[in-house]
Amino acid sequence: MTEDEIRAAVLAALTSVAPDLEGEEVDPSTPFRDQFDFDSMDLLNFAIALHQSLGVEIPEIDYPKVASLEGSLGYLSEKLQGA
Amino acid sequence: MPSLGSDMEAGTLVEWLVKPGDTVARGDIVAVVETQKGAIEIETFEAGVVDRLVVETGTEVPVGTVIAHIRGEGEPAAPETAAPAAATPKAKKSSKPAEPTAPAAAARARVSPAARRRARELGVDPETLSGTGADGAVTLEDVERAGATPAPAPAPTPAAKSTGDAAAAMRQAIGAAMARSKREIPHYYLATTIDLTRALDWMEAENRRRPVAERLLVGALLIKATALALKEVPELNGFWRDDAFVPATGIHVGTAIALRRGGLIAPAIRDTDARDLGDVMAAFRDLVQRARTGRLRASELSDPTVTVTSLGENGVETVFAVIYPPQVAIVGFGSVVERPWSVDGRIESRRVITASLAADHRASDGHRGALFLRALDRLLQTPETLA
Repeated sequence: MTEDEIRAAVLAALTSVAPDLEGEEVDPSTPFRDQFDFDSMDLLNFAIALHQSLGVEIPEIDYPKVASLEGSLGYLSEKLQGA
Repeated sequence: MPSLGSDMEAGTLVEWLVKPGDTVARGDIVAVVETQKGAIEIETFEAGVVDRLVVETGTEVPVGTVIAHIRGEGEPAAPETAAPAAATPKAKKSSKPAEPTAPAAAARARVSPAARRRARELGVDPETLSGTGADGAVTLEDVERAGATPAPAPAPTPAAKSTGDAAAAMRQAIGAAMARSKREIPHYYLATTIDLTRALDWMEAENRRRPVAERLLVGALLIKATALALKEVPELNGFWRDDAFVPATGIHVGTAIALRRGGLIAPAIRDTDARDLGDVMAAFRDLVQRARTGRLRASELSDPTVTVTSLGENGVETVFAVIYPPQVAIVGFGSVVERPWSVDGRIESRRVITASLAADHRASDGHRGALFLRALDRLLQTPETLA
């Protein structure tokens, strides 16, 4: 899976969690919590959406690693390459 | 127009999902109302055939207003079955073949709130668009594309207020309800610190064995524990009406949910005490999702018999909440924090949470409130019993 495909999947997961963010710019390094007022429910839904679209199961302990766009891309790239 | 909660006294009817002649079952969604807290779906509490739509779309109507007539089974048809001109549903709806037995909500296109907002600004009817989003959902882009074609500007309606106006109106409504609460309800406050370590250890182990989509959040444990503790202190679960406490017949915990654009809403998880923990979590997740996308139902806003609010994720240690009338209690939770704690004569680092109770002194006293907090603590020490 290419980096662009992972990015597209991450952005789609973000929009599925918070449809009201559709069309918003995403700052890659700012945590979703600070940027979009994400809470633990949003992060759980984000993990569920990524699991559904990419098949990557993110353990609860790793949620902080996927809490920003940059973090998600790095984490998922590593997981998908290692798969 | 059913009750939409004590801080919402009116709503603007933005969409009819049925038309005269349609058959409706109890619980079917028949209309969408725009409120300061977003779009709310209105269910019917009667089964029958829609006789007449009384309120025109775009009209702001107070709670309690008759918005439609439904003819019950066996009742004769009203002499005038056609809707008055003012209440005629949109042309697109009326030209569709009747779908008398299908749930009304199924016919409605999925439209994201951003797209719906933009559609209103552009005067585009999102129901007429074919969506390119997930599962055919109408997206912002679909609306922008449709909006590029010149269309007559819609007549201004109360629902077409700017975001700033809507936020100000919401604050005003919440302020009015809370001022009334503080003026009329003699609040008393109690708080206790609860060792949550066992509950969190148990939940983390549970989450390791559960599929991703069924994982639990601590909020679900707190909601379930609150419901079970209320069974032991029922004076906190009910309403203050006509100078008397009216105990609720079920325990429907209202869960305060922060809206992303500001404000909050507290829909109910019905029969919280009777659900297993997985089911409480699923219901909680569903409510949060729908609260933030404008898909709550009116009954979910009028059902709560008590409210739970948590500000822990924002680092708050203790919550001093204001009761949501006509309820008589609200339970608050702060952050989970690590603290030195005495266990069997030893000092250990434990994860603790502060639980607080604001209750109506007309319905209960501090002694009963303290028993509630003690029950809450006890239940959270045996998390497996919450499952």
